This record gives sequence, C-alpha cells and structure tokens, in this order.
Amino acid sequence: MTELHIAPELVRIVVAVVAVAAFVGLNGLVLVYAERKIAGHVQRRPGPFEVGPHGLLQPLADAVKLIGKQLFTPDGADKLLFWMAPVLAFFPVLLLFLVLPYSPLLTGMEVNLGILLILAFAGVGVLSLCLAGWSQNNKWGLLGAARAVAQSVAYEIPLLVSVLVVAFQFGTLNMSEVVRMQGSWPWQWTLFSQPFAFLAFLIYFVSAMGETNRAPFDLPEAESELTAGFHTEYSGMGFGMFFLAEYANMVVVCSVATALFLGGWKGPFYDGVWWFLAKTYALLFVMIWMRWTYPRVRFDQLLNLNWKWLLPLAVVCLLGTAFVMKAFA
Amino acid sequence: MNAITRALKPITDLWSLIVGLKITGKYFCKPQVTVHYPRQTVDADQLDTFGGHIELIGKPKQPEKPKCIACLMCMTACPSSCLTVLKAKAPKPTPEQEAEWKAAEEAGEKPDKPKAPKEPAKFLYDYTLCSLCGTCIEVCPVNSLRYSGDIYTAGYTRKEFKYDLLQRLAEQAASAKPAAPGAGKDKSEA
Repeated sequence: MTELHIAPELVRIVVAVVAVAAFVGLNGLVLVYAERKIAGHVQRRPGPFEVGPHGLLQPLADAVKLIGKQLFTPDGADKLLFWMAPVLAFFPVLLLFLVLPYSPLLTGMEVNLGILLILAFAGVGVLSLCLAGWSQNNKWGLLGAARAVAQSVAYEIPLLVSVLVVAFQFGTLNMSEVVRMQGSWPWQWTLFSQPFAFLAFLIYFVSAMGETNRAPFDLPEAESELTAGFHTEYSGMGFGMFFLAEYANMVVVCSVATALFLGGWKGPFYDGVWWFLAKTYALLFVMIWMRWTYPRVRFDQLLNLNWKWLLPLAVVCLLGTAFVMKAFA
Repeated sequence: MNAITRALKPITDLWSLIVGLKITGKYFCKPQVTVHYPRQTVDADQLDTFGGHIELIGKPKQPEKPKCIACLMCMTACPSSCLTVLKAKAPKPTPEQEAEWKAAEEAGEKPDKPKAPKEPAKFLYDYTLCSLCGTCIEVCPVNSLRYSGDIYTAGYTRKEFKYDLLQRLAEQAASAKPAAPGAGKDKSEA
C-alpha cells in the first residue's frame, strides 16, 4: 500500500482558505446586520425587525435576494472587464485574511513580510473599482472610479507610513511577531507605548476609513451625487461581491489595527482569539458609528486632509519613532 | 499669537468630531420612538395633531343627526370635488293634502305646505380624491365637520374609501349610546 504524501503546509493553507471564505461570508452577514441596526438605533429607529427575531434573518434574506437576481450587462459595456471587476474586488481580500494573526494557532500563513503583503494586495482593490467604473459605460461609474483611484492612491501613503511606525518600533514586518512583543494589559500595547504610536494609530484609522471608502470618505459611491458610483450598473451578486469585499476590507483594516496597535490576541486575564475578535469588532463598531455621525466630505477637503495633514503628520510620527527608538531603546 | 491660534484651529476644531460622536452615541443608547404598528398602537395623546379623513359631527342632543344644514358650502369649496351632499326634500304630500292645498289655492289663500327640512339626505365623501386641505371644515357655518383622527384607515378596495358619512355618524351614535350611561361609573363595563 502506498501512502499518499501531502505536505502539511498545503493542508494548512487549504483549511485556512476555506475557513477564511466562511468567515468572510459570515462576517458580511453580521456586519450588514450590525450596520443597519446601529444606523437604526442612532436614528432612534429599530432597524430591521420583521424577518426573524429582531430582524436577525434580514441579511440572509437580502443575500438570497441578491443571489437570485438577474445579472445584467449594460449596453456598450466591456463584458469581460465588467464581470472581472467584482471578482477582482473580492478574491484578493481573501488572501489578506491568510496572514492575519488571529491567535498563535489561528494564523493561516506565517509570513515574514505579512504587513507588506497586506499593503500590497489592498492596492489591488482599487484596480477593481477602476475597472468597474471604466467598463460599465456609465458616467456615474466613471466619476466614481476616478474618485476611487485618486482617493485610494492618496490615502495609501499615510496608511503605509503609519504602519511603518510600528515596523520601526519593533523591527519586524511579521504581524505575529509584533503581537508577541506587546503585553496583555492595555498600557503594554503599542498604542500607549510612546506618543508617536498613538498618533500613528489615529492616522492609520482615518486613512483606513479613506482606503475602504467608508463614510465620511465614501466619495466613490456617494449616493446623493453619483447614484451609486462605481457599482451603479451592477445587479445581483455583481453588486454583492463589491459589497462583501467592502465589508471584508473593513475587517482587514480593523484586524491589522488590532494586531499592530491594540495587542492582537493578547488581553487582560486570558490571551486568545476572543480578544482579537472583540477588539476588531469594537473598531468596526466605531467605524459604523462614525458613518452614521459624519457628513460626507467634499473631494477637495478629502485630498487636503490627506496631503496637508495626514501625510506630514505620519512622516513626523515616523521620524519621531525613529528618534525614540534610537534615544531610549 | 494670532498666527499660532489660527494654525492650531484645525486641531482644536477636531473637538467637534468628538461632540458629533457623543450626540449620535447618546441617541444610540436612548429608547426608540418607533411604534411597531400591528403589535402596538400609537397613544391617543400623540394623535392630537393628526387629521385623517373628515366626518360629520352630530347634534348635541341627537347624536345620530348631523348639525349640517345642507347649505352645500363644503361641496362648493372643496377643491377636489370629493363631497356630494344632497338636500333633503319636503315629504311627499298625501292625496288628501294635495286636494286640500289645491282647494286653498283656488280660494286665493296660501296653502300651508311643509318646507323641506334643512338637513342632508345624503352626505357622500370620496376619500380617494380628498386632499385633506380642511377647507370644508373651515367654511362650514355650523361646524358640522371635523377630522376623524382615524389613523389606522386601511382597506383592500377603492370602494372602502367612499364613505357615507351619515351612515358613519349613525353607527358612531349607536355604538356610543350603550356606553353612555355607564361611562361615568364603571369603565371596565363599558
């Protein structure tokens, strides 16, 4: 009898990919529900309420509706690019989850350059928005795509620099390693280790909102100006994929913030994946809370904020951290 | 100093972001104001300002009869032509009365004919046309019209929204009557 040899690393990756896909799907449902409930409560409405107890089954019903809808290609659209865009928006996001250190055991793939991988593949998302807007032969779509590109290119830079602050501080781009170097209690987290790290966290969070096209920086899909921006012409799961990708991206940026700034899976009393998830969802809650608080910024304000404030501040943070590490460490 | 405060203003202005979050956060924790309709209904005191479709008001001592004098002012004033009021006619004379009046006329006297009563014979209201402007209520010289405050009006056909207001008033009076004597003493019985 010959034994079938499968590399254990391959098994690990396959299991991780399946788990990540399940997590992303489930997470989409949870976040859609959370988004609508929080929006409702902020406006003193109940939010979804009729489907299932307290509307719990509403996102499921919406998902079924989206899947059941006809996929419609508009006249004059580039068919190949048009349908490639949502796929391209969704699949790179799955890859991002692989390197996130949910716990020492629950890390899909331990890579030395985890942070770099995330930053690199996060950029692919913009390409899909660009393709979507470009291929659909619709002025709203094109305007949305133009905005998406300008915005994402701009916000990626302070995002990158603020992440670099952490890399400078710990001397590694491995996310698990960064978490291991932080302590369990909040004052042992990167966030409170030095003033520049705190500032870097704020810059990271704001840039992350810009990067994920969340309100108040949701200009690429500004409903009141561009109907739906880059996904104007998408129906059914075409739109669903963008939607899922957006929520998955939110989870990624919040997870990265948790790992780099908030101590990852470490927390008071008992370390574990629950601390990671609790911190991530707390950040997601803040993100949703902000969406229902702030009005959308104008495009010039968006870029001014980035180039005049976030980028110089991030550079100051980086230099400050370098100084602190040299002088005190 | 001025230059410094001006330079710092964008940073101090960040406080307004916190204020905004505080406000939405406060509302997030407050109880909701939504009334889940089929399971809950709106409290009566919250309906004070609600109009709804119009209805007739009965006479104080004769609640099944409207105060209306069939002057047709409401019908004339209605911009949507949703009201149809028919004046009541004088009762048809019996043959004996007719003969009596004829004799009186021949004798050169004015016969004592009964006049048409000043009340509507029909008061029809098409809610599907009504724009709820309230002009009919304003022009009514005897204050015989009012908003019903009926917030849960719903139906399956258009026909259900063509009201016979006289019939509605009679029904209201009939349902109110048995409750009237016990209303002061015991509420649970009513």
